[in-house]
Amino acid sequence: MAVTILFLGPLRDLAGEDSRQADAPLDWAGLLDAAGPLVAEQLKSERVNVACGGKVLSDKHSLNAQDGDEVALLPPVSGG
Amino acid sequence: MLRDIRIESGAFDPHRIASDLARECPEAGGIASFLGAVRAGGGVEALELSHYEPITLAGMEALADDASTRFDLMGLAMIHRIGHMVPGDPIVCVAAASRHRRDAIEAIDFCMDHLKSAAWFWKRELRSEGAGSAWHWIEPREQDYSDKDRWKK
Repeated sequence: MAVTILFLGPLRDLAGEDSRQADAPLDWAGLLDAAGPLVAEQLKSERVNVACGGKVLSDKHSLNAQDGDEVALLPPVSGG
Repeated sequence: MLRDIRIESGAFDPHRIASDLARECPEAGGIASFLGAVRAGGGVEALELSHYEPITLAGMEALADDASTRFDLMGLAMIHRIGHMVPGDPIVCVAAASRHRRDAIEAIDFCMDHLKSAAWFWKRELRSEGAGSAWHWIEPREQDYSDKDRWKK
């Protein structure tokens, strides 16, 4: 088991895939590393949010994903 | 309050949303509705909307909670499409029922401003370019953010 990183919206194009596995546990530094430089640069923007286990983190820097968690990277939205 | 909050992966009939709400809220004196559709022109051939299932519907429910606290509503419907659409297809429909008109009108304005720039949806357009066509992600406009910020207390 591991942590699944999901790339939503335009981040999927930057990552070149829908999702990626990373070793658990996964913290903020580990996420930046696992996401690759292009996505990591976007992640540092305050407009990109991170959800872990189906909850949007109020402070993404405090990420602490465990075995089996899904970490979703959420770029600026465009609905309606 | 009557609520109908949904994410649809297939076509829906937007004209039924307001009429159903009116029928189910007979004491409402005002029914307002808004329909957002895929705009034709600009070489747009298709629109694709994606979401993140674990949080998108919950976020819409929270928005409905917020709207029902701010406005005196008898009913609120919020239907948002995901998936593949073509010009003319409905994307979103919001309808509200209230005793008097102002609450219903402002509630749908409030919900739309938040669905545009604060709900978990991502949109891209397939546009014709030269001999072929290519997908382009739609970034929220500054106007979308300032529209939402109008509602900050």
